[in-house]
Amino acid sequence: MRNQGGILQNIDRWMVVIFLLLVAMGWVSIYASVYNDEHQSILDFSQNYGKQAIWIGGSLLIALSILIIDGKFFAAFSYPTYIIFILLLLVVLVVARDVKGAVSWIDIGSFKLQPSEFAKFATNMALAKFLSTLDIRMKDLKTKIVSLLIIGLPAVLILLQNDTGSALVYAAFVFVLYREGLSGNILIFGFLAAVLFVMTLLVPKIVLFSVIGGIGLVFYFFVRKKRQNILIIAAGVLIASAIVFSVDYAINHVLQEHQRTRINVLLGKEIDPKGAGYNVNQSKIAIGSGGVFGKGFLQGTQTKYDFVPEQSTDFIFCTVGEEWGFVGSFVVIGLFMILLWRIIYVAERQRSQYSRIYGYGVACILFFHLMVNIGMTVGLAPVIGIPLPFFSYGGSSLWSFTILLFVFIKLDAYRLEILR
Amino acid sequence: MNVSQGRSSVILLIFFSVGFIFLIRLFTIQVIDDSYKASADDNAIRKVTEYPARGLIYDRKGKLLVYNEPVYDLMIIPKQAKNTDTAQFCKLVRITSSEYADLFRKAKNYSQVKPSIFIKQLSVETYGTLQEVLFKFPGFYVQPRTLRKYPDPMAAHLFGYIGEVDTNITKKDPYYKEGDYIGKSGIEQSYEKVLRGKRGTRTMLVDVFNREKGSFHEGKFDTSAVAGQNLTLSLDATLQAYGEKLFQNKVGGVVAIDPSSGEILACVSSPGYDPNLLVGRMRTKNYATLLFEPTKPLFNRALMAYYPPGSTFKLINDLIAEQEGVLFPNTAYYCDGGYHMGSQTVKCDARHGSLTLQMAIAHSCNTYHCYVFRSTMDQKRFKTSEEGYLNWRNHVLTFGIGKRLFSDLPQELKGNVPSVDYYDRYFGKGRWKSSTVVSLSIGQGELGITPLQMANTMCIIANKGYYYVPHIVKAISDSAGISPHFMEKQYTDVQAKYYDIVIDGMESVVESGTAAGSKIKDIVVCGKTGTAQNPHGRDHSLFVGFAPKENPKIAIGIMVENGGWGSDWGAPIATLMIEKYLRDSISRPELEKRMFEGVVLPKIYMEERLKEDKKKQEKKDSLATKAIVAERKK
Ligand SMILES: [Zn+2]
Repeated sequence: MRNQGGILQNIDRWMVVIFLLLVAMGWVSIYASVYNDEHQSILDFSQNYGKQAIWIGGSLLIALSILIIDGKFFAAFSYPTYIIFILLLLVVLVVARDVKGAVSWIDIGSFKLQPSEFAKFATNMALAKFLSTLDIRMKDLKTKIVSLLIIGLPAVLILLQNDTGSALVYAAFVFVLYREGLSGNILIFGFLAAVLFVMTLLVPKIVLFSVIGGIGLVFYFFVRKKRQNILIIAAGVLIASAIVFSVDYAINHVLQEHQRTRINVLLGKEIDPKGAGYNVNQSKIAIGSGGVFGKGFLQGTQTKYDFVPEQSTDFIFCTVGEEWGFVGSFVVIGLFMILLWRIIYVAERQRSQYSRIYGYGVACILFFHLMVNIGMTVGLAPVIGIPLPFFSYGGSSLWSFTILLFVFIKLDAYRLEILR
Repeated sequence: MNVSQGRSSVILLIFFSVGFIFLIRLFTIQVIDDSYKASADDNAIRKVTEYPARGLIYDRKGKLLVYNEPVYDLMIIPKQAKNTDTAQFCKLVRITSSEYADLFRKAKNYSQVKPSIFIKQLSVETYGTLQEVLFKFPGFYVQPRTLRKYPDPMAAHLFGYIGEVDTNITKKDPYYKEGDYIGKSGIEQSYEKVLRGKRGTRTMLVDVFNREKGSFHEGKFDTSAVAGQNLTLSLDATLQAYGEKLFQNKVGGVVAIDPSSGEILACVSSPGYDPNLLVGRMRTKNYATLLFEPTKPLFNRALMAYYPPGSTFKLINDLIAEQEGVLFPNTAYYCDGGYHMGSQTVKCDARHGSLTLQMAIAHSCNTYHCYVFRSTMDQKRFKTSEEGYLNWRNHVLTFGIGKRLFSDLPQELKGNVPSVDYYDRYFGKGRWKSSTVVSLSIGQGELGITPLQMANTMCIIANKGYYYVPHIVKAISDSAGISPHFMEKQYTDVQAKYYDIVIDGMESVVESGTAAGSKIKDIVVCGKTGTAQNPHGRDHSLFVGFAPKENPKIAIGIMVENGGWGSDWGAPIATLMIEKYLRDSISRPELEKRMFEGVVLPKIYMEERLKEDKKKQEKKDSLATKAIVAERKK
């Protein structure tokens, strides 16, 4: 089973076609969101859509190059890539300082490289490499710790750059670990922790502690015969209280004022339509005004009249919602769902463990971006500025997602050459 | 394999659930909920900014000093402005069609879709006629704003003025948008955040006839403007107006402070101007006119002009010498008409003979104070003159001289007490000693003190050793109060017990000494006259003082440029103000009349005035036209 038809023969067309569709729709949306009478040429390089056209050209070249590179390369160079990007993150932290304290890129000429975007890809490679090593078992404590370190290190470095959104993305790797054998309890635990998190913000602490204690007591009466269970319940109550305390502490001492406000606005605790809630309200108006079929290409008023902030980056989905309506939104979300399904499907058919784990990483990163980005535009997630994959304006983001996806496509095309 | 199969399904299930939740959410807001679709094709959305009323300003007795008057800005959204009947429009707003084209182009360059100001501050009449027919001109609407109004024009320097924000500010502070106003000097600047209030916005639906059809989405996205907070000043409007009247046809400044609180009671800088001039459309033009006046009316002399304090500074030197243990109430020096150092002599006004401290203050003996200064600086414990000088200088700084007081008036300057470095550079290191800088003993030389600092030193002496940082705002509505910074006692390093003899000396100054001509019946004023040497013309007349001697209520520092002796103009005006404040009636009408009518304009100003008058009138005319054109172009 040697590869005979050249590089394009074995690639998964589903993924490539969806990729092309998403990039094209993204560009159209960027064009629509900044369109005005004065700048009509589609290749006006002073405008975001003109620049994005260059980025897209570049990303296609990158995709092609990846398909040409030998498939063996990626697994072999996983750790070096990871180390390079960790170093770059350190460089950004030390060198690229700004008064505002939130600069996260390195200037290379006029090109701004944002290592935090590419670090996701590098982390995914390193994690896949580590977990695919022979005789690694997810059950072992050591495996868990090393995995956590691989994921946590870049996340912490990005957090130190004040880019909370990009750092949160690394939480998505929990699904990869779960797929590779981490106990399912971790997902349930995570879910419960999230519920507690929200409750801490909404319910007074005294009430919350009474409820936690009450639940503990109820369980105690059911299972008091077994000593071991009592210990578990006690531990549960303790952990729950600890979470409440630490969340409370984090909200009041770690988060910055604007982040705190955003969370409060999302939870309906604070009403400030002009301040923190402004973006979300404007974005909901834009999307909601689209109706079933939308206002039509270039007919959006909300996004174009600058009512929606950052309309070509983080809030690009508003343009889709306004100009193409529910139908357009359905198509975009549908395409993303098909892509996610396809990635999982293709990952499962890999013979190489590395390729499979890598594939899951790709799916999880895409999923997390999708969830937070669209969630925030429709008012279901806090305003955390992370881009919509393939859609949002910006070279670093587009290229990093392209590399992320196409390395997987290459690994898949290469699978038939692996003899195991 | 089975387990992992299950796990991949769980992951996919989670992915799809989130996708499903999004679709439900989108279906709800896009298809089911009609309220978001209010913007149909024939409706446009207009964001109207609601500008809050700026906070009002009252004096300490509750008299209204600054309020707001409504004006109207004509706004444009170029994209919505279609089929405008320009001929009719231009006639309505009184511009030419070429001006219209200019303004339209400018608005369009700013933004096609964002509103910008087309014509600023329409007159009430124009607004009235325009309002009735505005529906004929889609894309245009009127934005109410407010302008400052001063019912009794006074204290222009204190209030400062408001101007449009520039790009420096809009870049630094996201609150400000182009076209916003901001306090640019005085109280308007230092209390900007308190006075400005909070801007609100309304999102309005507008139909094709340019009529507002109501609030978008039932006002869910609107915020109402919050008016700025009102300020109550410590200023006594009566005293301020009286001070300004006394200063008419004179140049200089006077500051009066309540020593028990640091509250500024009056702060006059002369010549002043009518604050109503720097408001509205005429601001640019008037500002330019004021800027070119030879007497510099925009310059706040009370806070920014510093002069050598002259003899008023002897008080500080005496206090420092007492603290240093080199001067006692009964210390006597002999005055033979001057203080001699080799070939040089610091002259005294008279041969005072043998004097002790109180009389030396009362008669302002230079000889005596040269001895005092020397004994302070040339103490045996100092190895070098630098050391002695530094010790003296550090004492002086604690009197709030040579450093900013950090009052709530932004333009305040720090004055000058020369540093060791300065003398080292000027004379050479190690090549100067007490006799070289002995003019400091009588407040001449490189010293510089502002009227605010002069008044503040009087607070220190009245309080026997401390002051409160002078401040003009007494209370802020809806607020816990003014900054605690203004409530703390700032101590000098001269102990309380040393002040009594100096105060007695100051009493003698007014009772029988250099300011005897300004005595007030039944009010014991403690004061000191001074004359600041002026290399450019006649000396400046100075006076500092406080009253009454027991339980002082007012401390004052005054400077009349080219006024000559401190007793000529400084002491009379200051004591008249003290009397006005403490008694509200004047027992010395002749003196008052003489002060009202006196003209002490520096010669150079007088000549320049005549010369400039002609030029100015020409300049004024051309500037006025320029300003109007510039204003229109904005
Ligand atoms: Zn003498």
